[in-house]
Amino acid sequence: MKLRQLALATTVAAAGLASALVSTVATAQTKEQFFPVLVYRTGAYAPNGVPFANGYVDYLKLVNARGGINGVKVSFEECETGYATDRGVECYERLKGKNGGATVFQPLSTGITFALTEKAPGDKIPLITAGYGRSESADGGVFKWNFPLAGTYWVAGDVIVQDIAKKLGGADKLKGKHIALVYHDSPFGKEAIPILQERAAMHGFKLSLLPVTHPGVEQKSTWLQIRQSRPDYVVNWGWGVMNSTLLKEAQATGYPREKIYGVWWAGAEPDVKDVGMGAKGYNAITMQHGTEKGSAIVKEVLAKLHAKNQGTGPKDEVGEVLYMRGLFSAMFAVEGVRQAQEKYGKGKVMTGEQARWGYENLNLTQPKLDALGFKGVLRPVSTSCADHMGANWARIHTWNGSKWEFSSDWYQADEQIIKPMVKAAADKYAAEKKITRRTPADCQS
Amino acid sequence: MFYRENGQFKTSYRADQQIFAIAQDRWAILALIAFAFVGVPFLVDEYMFRAILIPFLILSLAALGVNILVGYCGQISLGSGAFMAVGAYMAYNTYIRIEGMPLIIALLAGGFFATLVGVFFGIPSLRVKGLYLAVATLAAQFFCDWAFLRIGWFTNNNASGSVSVSNLNVLGWSIDTPLQKYLFCLAFLVVFGLLAKNLVRSAIGREWMAIRDMDVAAAVIGIRPVYAKLTAFAVSSFIVGVAGALWGFVHLGSWEPAAFSIDRSFQLLFMVIIGGMGSIMGSFFGAAFIVILPIFLNQFLPAVGDMVGVSISTATVSHTEFMIFGALIVWFLIVEPHGLAKLWSVAKQKLRLWPFPH
Repeated sequence: MKLRQLALATTVAAAGLASALVSTVATAQTKEQFFPVLVYRTGAYAPNGVPFANGYVDYLKLVNARGGINGVKVSFEECETGYATDRGVECYERLKGKNGGATVFQPLSTGITFALTEKAPGDKIPLITAGYGRSESADGGVFKWNFPLAGTYWVAGDVIVQDIAKKLGGADKLKGKHIALVYHDSPFGKEAIPILQERAAMHGFKLSLLPVTHPGVEQKSTWLQIRQSRPDYVVNWGWGVMNSTLLKEAQATGYPREKIYGVWWAGAEPDVKDVGMGAKGYNAITMQHGTEKGSAIVKEVLAKLHAKNQGTGPKDEVGEVLYMRGLFSAMFAVEGVRQAQEKYGKGKVMTGEQARWGYENLNLTQPKLDALGFKGVLRPVSTSCADHMGANWARIHTWNGSKWEFSSDWYQADEQIIKPMVKAAADKYAAEKKITRRTPADCQS
Repeated sequence: MFYRENGQFKTSYRADQQIFAIAQDRWAILALIAFAFVGVPFLVDEYMFRAILIPFLILSLAALGVNILVGYCGQISLGSGAFMAVGAYMAYNTYIRIEGMPLIIALLAGGFFATLVGVFFGIPSLRVKGLYLAVATLAAQFFCDWAFLRIGWFTNNNASGSVSVSNLNVLGWSIDTPLQKYLFCLAFLVVFGLLAKNLVRSAIGREWMAIRDMDVAAAVIGIRPVYAKLTAFAVSSFIVGVAGALWGFVHLGSWEPAAFSIDRSFQLLFMVIIGGMGSIMGSFFGAAFIVILPIFLNQFLPAVGDMVGVSISTATVSHTEFMIFGALIVWFLIVEPHGLAKLWSVAKQKLRLWPFPH
């Protein structure tokens, strides 16, 4: 009976506490530019989520160490999504009004991106999905608030086919070849399908689609199919534990790793480290950067943060692929604000709406990027009202058994293929949502 | 002192058969509903609406549906997530494929198709029972996951397999702001809650409970197991389907099959078990426990850390959240195996005697 009373008392107390907490959520206005950080440091995708989050946070810390954005200090707060859409939405709602309002959200999951795409225009907060998210959101005429900066999955898929064609000795050699797409069975994995289908129809190669269910540890049947049909190339659209499983299965099946291409989420250290030499020769696309331990920005982070014990995460992971991804995403978030300050007043805190203008008018030239420490890492990115992507450069890097090395020159996605696809998909979205394309006048504002 | 029915004489059958026979109950529920409609909108901010209250209302509705099947009819189901998915996707298809389709009709159509699927997957319940049935209903979960991922028609051939809706409105009243969404969900919940409460007291509800308590004995006294079990599946999956449609349309706005994965099925089953099997009130308690507690812990722990001057990392908070949440589930199940609803009724019993317990 005692216990039961205790249970009753706790329940009442918990309900009381919950209501008390809610009232403390009220926010204080500050003179800082607030960047919410959606992360997943736990769950099935944590091995990849953690380095990204570390890089993102380190860059924001570095901005403060450098003196802020024209003097405006940045503040940030992490929120754990666990890669789950409903928790991601909760995080968005929690952080969007905090500390004077969120500048920009980077959902870091295709599922959350889709959900937030519906919410962000109403709240007037831009979304950056650097290299992921919905590929058609590159069309700024329809997706006013989405910024898939410096590449989309369609760019990635297109460049992978280009590299295969180059290795074969020309696009005409693709005819009659067989490419298998092994993809994570989610909106993320399916993003690859349209571009590969388009390319398959164009060059006359056969494309087979092999889905792998979340989280991707069960691939026996997929690899049985690959063993039977022996495709000439395998494209891996995987994420998290699926990637290392895929490489181990490839090793067990005896499929040459040189003929496997991964998307950039499948081309980082956590994916291949466990497989080690077994993954030697495995290729992955990089949306511009790879492992950049020698770059100026990494040296600066090490000197200004990690040397003073202010860094985030382990020191030896600084400069790895996903860490760089975090740095690079945060850099866009910050540079957009800097650009917006040019128009709305230097040294002021930008609202989400003002920051959106900055993201739409990004003009990161090579000298600017070099000054930021991204020399040799990134190529210029410049966005406009019609083009929210800004750059379509990519490279291929290959795992040599102990580290990633670039194995190709710069590629550029074929705009002649991608532009019409983006436009068609964006128009379909607009028709479904009954939204009209932005007028040139709207672009000016 | 305040809560006792002494002196409330029922002089007609009508009075005897009211949903809430005790006047205090009636007034308390009316006051609660009135407060939810009128009071809450003045008290809470957008975050509370969007992140806590709306998910809570929708999942309460789903838990209510699951409770009818699991709690009242005793048929353990792990297919609830699938029925939610059917509700959401079929409501979506009804909504976009038929020009000028009213929103409420589309949502109810989602429920209708969920009923069909629910009854179909309920057929094995005529032969298999208990845990075996739970395994059989898993088939519904896997089948629906597969269907919505693979069959392009359901997602209107969207490349990514994700669908979205917007510009919701009912009779010219647009459902756009958090407050409107909240009221819309609340209206659904109140209507379905009262219907369910009434249904479980009716002949059919008593048949369900008879089947749950002992199906052989129920059959002997003339209750048709086929009818009783299939109606339970039908009613339950209708409510769950409508909840799924609301989850997609109102809460997420854009969703993919992962929103209705096996995890959702487990979550709903846990809500029913923790809240209290065979109790309408329990569905609300269970939903509150499962929806609100993790979010609360997630914000409470860093706040506590700040107070004592320790900054807790995001990962630690998340891990601690899982540990405390798990421990609480075990603790509640040990202390009160009949769920939170039992605690509620114990509290009511005590209130009856208070302040003179002897």
